[in-house]
Amino acid sequence: MAGYRHLDVSEVGDVTVVRFRDRKIVEEIEIQEIGRELLDLVEVDGRQKLLLNFQAVEFLSSAALSQLIKLHKKIEGRGVLKLSNIRPDLFEVFKMTKLVRVFDIKDEEADALASF
Amino acid sequence: MPWPLSSAKLEAMTEENWTWQYDRVIPTDTSAGRRVLEEVLNKLKAEQWLQHDIFGVHLAMHEALVNAIMHGNRLDPDKRIFVRCLLSPDLVRIEIADEGEGFDPQCVPDPTDANHLELPTGRGVMLMKAFMTRVDFCDHGKRVVLEKRRATPPTNC
Repeated sequence: MAGYRHLDVSEVGDVTVVRFRDRKIVEEIEIQEIGRELLDLVEVDGRQKLLLNFQAVEFLSSAALSQLIKLHKKIEGRGVLKLSNIRPDLFEVFKMTKLVRVFDIKDEEADALASF
Repeated sequence: MPWPLSSAKLEAMTEENWTWQYDRVIPTDTSAGRRVLEEVLNKLKAEQWLQHDIFGVHLAMHEALVNAIMHGNRLDPDKRIFVRCLLSPDLVRIEIADEGEGFDPQCVPDPTDANHLELPTGRGVMLMKAFMTRVDFCDHGKRVVLEKRRATPPTNC
């Protein structure tokens, strides 16, 4: 896929590192677009090792969590998905929803890269 | 307008020393919802509420507005959303009502149940309850009342 509107995508070895451009992921249309871009990384580009770096993200809604779960289900069995750099407030959202059990979450990008 | 509150449960709530009241009737539109949300959050910032509290109110109010717009009024432009915010020195109460058909909050499956953990939907109500001090659904789910008790800032004695 040539370009992404909401994501900065780079390669570190065989891992695709994805950074979000939006500080707040709340608008329904944007969430759908982000979900589509994330799925395209797997379905169109065939990427198998994905690291989502949440450094820039200050806020996200339950609808955004839904897109992450769809990505998790898409990549499950054919690749590896990890998350990193989630701010404390947002990490509490992952804890409260028990999504910390679904996603492999590391504090820092380097920790996550070392764990693939 | 469906104000004031009619629910006995709400009338039984502890009355506060309200210092600010904010009432808006908005169209079924996410951008209108975003504007009222920003106004409430700006008021909390002006009153120097802690960032963590503001984050929780932001999340809960966002989820409640989305529920009212998407699931309550089902994006029907002929229906309205009613928003009321009351603020006291240490409590914020937000009431959001829609003109939809309502729902039974007891029937929303627990998204943290192991069997539902990977379902993509159903976390909005759970997040409201997790980040607010009190959440009540009234009028068959057509009105939600969210309360957040202000955290006490740490003191350096």
